[in-house]
Amino acid sequence: MPINYYIYLGIALFCIGIIGVLTRRNAIIIFMCIELMLNAVNLLLVAFSKMHYLAANDIKNPAYAMYEGMVRSGAGTDGQLFVFFIMVVAAAEVSVGLAIIVMMYRNIHSVDVNFLNRLKH
Amino acid sequence: MQNSSHIIYLIAVLPLVGFLINGLGRKHLSKSMIGIIGSGVILASFALSIWVFLQVKGGHTGTVHYFDFINVGSLRIPFEFKIDQLSSLFLLIITGVGFLIHVYSTSYMHEEKAEHYGRYFSYLNLFVFSMLLLVMGGNFVIMFIGWEGVGLCSYLLIGYWFKKQEYNKAANKAFIMNRIGDLAFLVAIFWLIQKLGTVSYDQVFTAANLAKLGTTDITAITLLLFVGATGKSAQIPLYTWLPDAMAGPTPVSALIHAATMVTAGIYMIARSNLLYSLAPLTMDIVAYIGLATALLAATIALKQNDIKKVLAYSTVSQLGFMFLAIGCGAYTAAVFHVMTHAFFKALLFLGSGSVIHAMGGEQDIRNMGGLSKKLKITFITFLVGCIAIAGIPPFSGFFSKDAILLSAFIKNPVLYGIALFTALLTAFYMFRLLFITFTGKFRGTHEQEHHLHESPAAMTIPLIILAILSIIGGFVGIPEALVHGGDKLSVFLSPVIAVHEGHHVSHSTEYMLMGLSTGLVVIMIIFAWFQFRNYQRREANGFGKLLENKWWVDELYDKIIVNPLNKFGGFLKNIIEKGVIDGFVNGTGRLVNYGSRQLRLLQSGQVGNYILLMVVSMVIFFVLQFFLRK
Amino acid sequence: MIPVLLILVPLLAGLASFFFKNDKAVRSWALIASVVTLVVSVLGLTVMKTTGNLEYSCEWIQSLGSRFSVKLDGMGQLLCLLNAVAYPLVILATWNSSYKKPNNFFALMLLAQAGMMGVFLSTDALLFYFFWELALIPMYFLCSQWGGERRIPVTFKFFIYTFIGSLLMLIGIIYVYAHTKDHSFSMESFYNVSLARKDQYLVFWLMFIAFAIKMPIWPLHTWQPDTYEQAPTATTMILSGVMVKMGLFGVLRWLFPVVPFASFQWGDFVTSAALIGVIYASLIAIKQDDLKRLVAYSSIAHIGLMCAAAFSQNLSGLQGLMIQLFNHGINIIGLWIVVELIERKTGTRKISELGGLAQKAPALAIMLVIVALANIALPLTNAFPGEFLMFNGIFSSHTKYSMWFIVMAGMGIILGAVYTLNMIRKVFYGDTNELTTNTQDIRWNEKLALGMIVVAIFWLGIYPQCILNETASFSAEIAEKIEVVKQYFDK
Repeated sequence: MPINYYIYLGIALFCIGIIGVLTRRNAIIIFMCIELMLNAVNLLLVAFSKMHYLAANDIKNPAYAMYEGMVRSGAGTDGQLFVFFIMVVAAAEVSVGLAIIVMMYRNIHSVDVNFLNRLKH
Repeated sequence: MQNSSHIIYLIAVLPLVGFLINGLGRKHLSKSMIGIIGSGVILASFALSIWVFLQVKGGHTGTVHYFDFINVGSLRIPFEFKIDQLSSLFLLIITGVGFLIHVYSTSYMHEEKAEHYGRYFSYLNLFVFSMLLLVMGGNFVIMFIGWEGVGLCSYLLIGYWFKKQEYNKAANKAFIMNRIGDLAFLVAIFWLIQKLGTVSYDQVFTAANLAKLGTTDITAITLLLFVGATGKSAQIPLYTWLPDAMAGPTPVSALIHAATMVTAGIYMIARSNLLYSLAPLTMDIVAYIGLATALLAATIALKQNDIKKVLAYSTVSQLGFMFLAIGCGAYTAAVFHVMTHAFFKALLFLGSGSVIHAMGGEQDIRNMGGLSKKLKITFITFLVGCIAIAGIPPFSGFFSKDAILLSAFIKNPVLYGIALFTALLTAFYMFRLLFITFTGKFRGTHEQEHHLHESPAAMTIPLIILAILSIIGGFVGIPEALVHGGDKLSVFLSPVIAVHEGHHVSHSTEYMLMGLSTGLVVIMIIFAWFQFRNYQRREANGFGKLLENKWWVDELYDKIIVNPLNKFGGFLKNIIEKGVIDGFVNGTGRLVNYGSRQLRLLQSGQVGNYILLMVVSMVIFFVLQFFLRK
Repeated sequence: MIPVLLILVPLLAGLASFFFKNDKAVRSWALIASVVTLVVSVLGLTVMKTTGNLEYSCEWIQSLGSRFSVKLDGMGQLLCLLNAVAYPLVILATWNSSYKKPNNFFALMLLAQAGMMGVFLSTDALLFYFFWELALIPMYFLCSQWGGERRIPVTFKFFIYTFIGSLLMLIGIIYVYAHTKDHSFSMESFYNVSLARKDQYLVFWLMFIAFAIKMPIWPLHTWQPDTYEQAPTATTMILSGVMVKMGLFGVLRWLFPVVPFASFQWGDFVTSAALIGVIYASLIAIKQDDLKRLVAYSSIAHIGLMCAAAFSQNLSGLQGLMIQLFNHGINIIGLWIVVELIERKTGTRKISELGGLAQKAPALAIMLVIVALANIALPLTNAFPGEFLMFNGIFSSHTKYSMWFIVMAGMGIILGAVYTLNMIRKVFYGDTNELTTNTQDIRWNEKLALGMIVVAIFWLGIYPQCILNETASFSAEIAEKIEVVKQYFDK
C-alpha cells in the first residue's frame, strides 16, 4: 500500500484534532482531540518507519543507497520507538490532564474551558 | 631691556599688590591707610614709568619675556612685555593721570564706609593693573587679557553702588557690549595665529610676515580689530554703553571712561598701524565711522542736561575724532589727541565731580547756575578744560585737534568740513555746559545753596595740575608750520609709528585752516555766551526732543535686538524645549506605553485563543519555512 | 599599582560606609577616604610618575579575551585628578546638608567615584563598559532616593536615556570586537582594527550616541536640567563636575582612534549640533528663573563648546579641551556650591525672589563673582586659556564652515555673559527683601572649599601650562591619527 494513504489519513486525523481543539469548549472533548492529534502523528511515524525499513532493505533502489550498511543496525525502527515515547507521554498527560479537569469540575461545576480565563487577571 | 625686566614687571605688579591688600584687608584697614596704599602703589608705578620713559628716550627699547603662558604645538604665546615709545608714553598717561585721580578719589569717596572704600580702591588698582597689562603686553593675547580686565573693572566700578539696580544694568550693558567687540578682537587673533602662527608684535609686524598675509586677510583682521575697538572705545554701533556708564563714581568716569580705558582702541590700532596702513578699505571705514560717531555724539551732547552725560557724549565725540585721525593715517595725531584728551577730559570730569560734590549729589545742570562765585578753583580749571577741548591756541586741545583736522583735510576736504562742523559743535556744547553751570543765577534748592563750598585740597590740587597739563600738554606736538622742529611727539614715536610721506599741504594752507577753525570756534563761544549766560529752563521740542532722547538709539537696539532675543529665548524654553524635544522624548515613552496596552489585549486568558494563536503562528512559520526560504 | 589603588580605595571605602551608624562618623570616613584618593592621585602625578608604576594588567574574562588592564596616562590622569579633587570639595562644601540614611548616601557616592575612576583608567573596552555602568547605577539610586519632589519620573528619564546610550555603546563595542584580528577587547586591538567605511559609520553612531547623551549635547540633553534640578546637590556636583566628562573622555579615547574616518566625516555634523546647542542652551538660560536650571543650561552650553572643540580635531582644540575638562569641573562645582548655599540660607532658588545678597553675605558674593567670571572665561581665570585654545582650534579646524562655527561659538560667550551677569545682578545686587534680609555669610568649611576653588581658578588661569604639558603627548597622538585621515581626504 503506498505511503500516501497513511499520510492522508494522518493529516485528516490531525486536522480533525485541531478543529476540535479550536472549536469545542468542553475540556474532555478538547482532550480527546489532542489525543487524536497525537495519534495522527503516531500513525504517520509508524507508517514512515515501515516505509524506511522497506526502502532501506531494497538495496537495488539507487535512491536509498545511502542506507546501505545500516540495515543490520535496525534502520527505520526509531520511528516506532518514538511512538512508544509519545504513548507514554500521552498517558502521563492524560493522568495529569484528567486530574485537572476533575479539579476544575469540582470548583466550577463545569468543564467549559471558556470559564478558565483566570490567567488574564 | 632684558636686564631691567625685574623692574618693568613691578610697574604692573605694584597696582596688583595694592588691589590685593585693599581687597583682602578692606575690613581691617583704616580709610586713610587704604587711601595711602591705593595711591601710593600708583605713585610708585608712575615713578618707575618715568624711569622707563627716560630709558626709552635714551634708546633702550625691547621686549621682556617672563614665562610661557600657552605653549601648544607650534603655537607659543609667551607672557611678555614690550617696552617702546608707544607703550612708555601710555604708561606715563595711565599712571600719571591715574595717580591724580586716585588722590582725588581719597577725598571724593570719603563718605563711603571703610569696607566699601577699600573695595573702591582695590577695583581702581585692579583697573590700573589691567590697563598696564594692556599697553605693556608684548603680544595680542596679553593685550587681550588687559583688554578684558579693564572691561571687568569698568563693570565692577560702574556697578559700584550695587544697591541701585539701574546702575547694575548699566554695568551689565557695558560689559556685554564690550564682549561683542572682544569677540571680534579674539577672532582677529585667531586669524593671525592661523596665518602666521604667532601673535607677538615683534614677529607679526615684520616685513616677511606681513607679506604672507593676503589682502583679504589684512582687511579682515584690521576690520575685526576695529570692531573690537568700537566696543572698547565706544564707536558706532557699540557706543551706547558709555553714557550709561556714568552711573559709576565720577573719578571712575574720569579715569576709565575718559582718560584711559576708552582710548585702548586707539592704542590697539596705533600698535598695529603697520597692518592698517596695508588696508585702505579698513582705513576708509574707520574714518567714516569715527567721523559719524563724532558728529552723532556731538549733536546729542547739545541737548543733555546731566553734567556727566554731556561729558560722556563729548568723550564719545572726541574718540570719534581720534578714529578719524587713524582713518586718515595720522596715527601720531590720534595718540597725541589721546594724551591731550586724557588731560582735559580728566580735568573736566574731576571738575564736574567737584561740582557734584558741592551740590550734594545733584547732576542736573538745570538746577545749577552761578557756581563760579563759590567754586573759584573748580570754575577756573573747568574753564581751562573747556578752552582746551574747544581748541583755542595755545591750549593743548588746539594742537591735537588741528593735527586731526589737517589730516582729514589731506584725505578729503568733505571730511574736513564735517569734522570742523563737529569741532564747532564741541565748542558750543562745552561752553553751554560751562555757562549754564557756572554763570547766571543759582537755580537749585535753598539747602543746596547753603551747602555750596569749594572742594578740599585733595580734590583741587589734581584739578590744578591737570589744568596746567591741559595748557602746556600741547607743546610737545606743535606743527612744523609754526615752530620748526616743534613736533617732538612724532619724532619720538617714529620708531613705532611710521611717518606717512603722503602729500603735504603748504604752510599757507595750514595757517588758513588754523585761522579758520580758531575764528569759528571763538564765534561759537560768543554765540553760546549770549544763548546761555542767563539760562532759563524750557522744554525741548521737535529736533531738540530727538537730540535729548539720543536719537532713540537705545530704544531701537531694544526693539531690534534685545527684545527679539528675549522672546526667542522664551519661545525656546517654553515651546521647543518643553513641547518639541521633551515632547518627543516623552512621546516615545507614551508610545511604548500605548503599544503595550494594546498588546496586552492579546492575553485574553481564553485557552481557545491561545491555541488559535499557536496554530496560526505555526502555519505562518510553516509557510515561511517552505515558501519564502530561498 | 597606582591605578588599582585609585579604584580600590573608593570602592572599599564605599562598601565599608554601608556599615556606619553615626552621621558624623560616615561623613568623616568619606572625607578621609576621598582625601586618601586625592593623595594617591597626586602621587601618581608627581612622585610615582617616573617609577613607571602606572600600569596594571591581569586576567579577567579569559574566554572573551578581556583583561583587567588599567593605565594612568595623559588625559586619564587629568580626569582622575579632577575626580579625586572633586570629592573632598563636595563633601566639605555640603558638610552641613543633612541626609536620611547618610551611610548609604556616602557609600553610593564613593562607589560612583570608583566607577568613574575605572572609566578613566581602563584600557580594555569591556572593562570600560563595566565601569561605565558601575558609575551609572549608584547615581540612579542617589537621585531616586535622595532627590527632590519629582525625583522618580526624572530619575527614570535619566536612567532610560543613559541606559539606551549604554546599550548602543555595548553593541558598538561588540561590533568592533568581532572585527579585531585577535578577538580581544584591549585598547591596542581596538586601535589597530581596520573597519570598512560603512562599518565605521555604524560604530561611530552606536558609540557616539552613548557619549552624546552623557555629555549631553543638543538635542539629547533634556534629561540633564531635570536631573540636575532634582538630584541632591552633592550628587549634582559630581554628576556635572565629573560624570559628564565621561562622555568627552569616551569620544577621545574610544571613538576617534577606533573610527577615525567616521569621526572625521561626521565632524561638521556633530559640531553643528553642539554649537546649536550652545546658543540654544544660552538663550534658555537667559530666561531661567531657577538657579539650578540656569547652571544646568549653562553647563550644556559649555559642554557643547567642548564637544565642538573635540571635533575640531587639531592640537589646539584638543589641548584646550583637556584643560577645559578639568577647569569646567572645578568651576561648575564652585557654582553648585554657591547655589546650594543660597538655597540653604534663603530657602529658595528662584532668582526673582532673591536680591541684595551682596550686602548680607559679601564673602559669598565675592566667591560667586569670581566663579561666575571664570565660568564666562574672563582672562586670568582658568577657563580663558581653555576657551582660547578651543576657539582657536575650532577656527583653524579643517572644515569650510569654520567661520560660521566661530560665530556661533562666539554668540555663546556673549550670551553667556548676559545670563551670568543678569544672575549676579538679580541675586546679589540690588536691595534685600524679606527672604534675604537675614542671610548669614558662609561658614569656614564652605569658605575653605570655595577658597580652594578660587585658588585653582587663578593658578590655572595664569599658568595653564602645568596641565598642558601633561596632556601634550596624548593630544598630539589623537591629532596625528586624525591628520592621517585628513591627508587621505585631501588626496
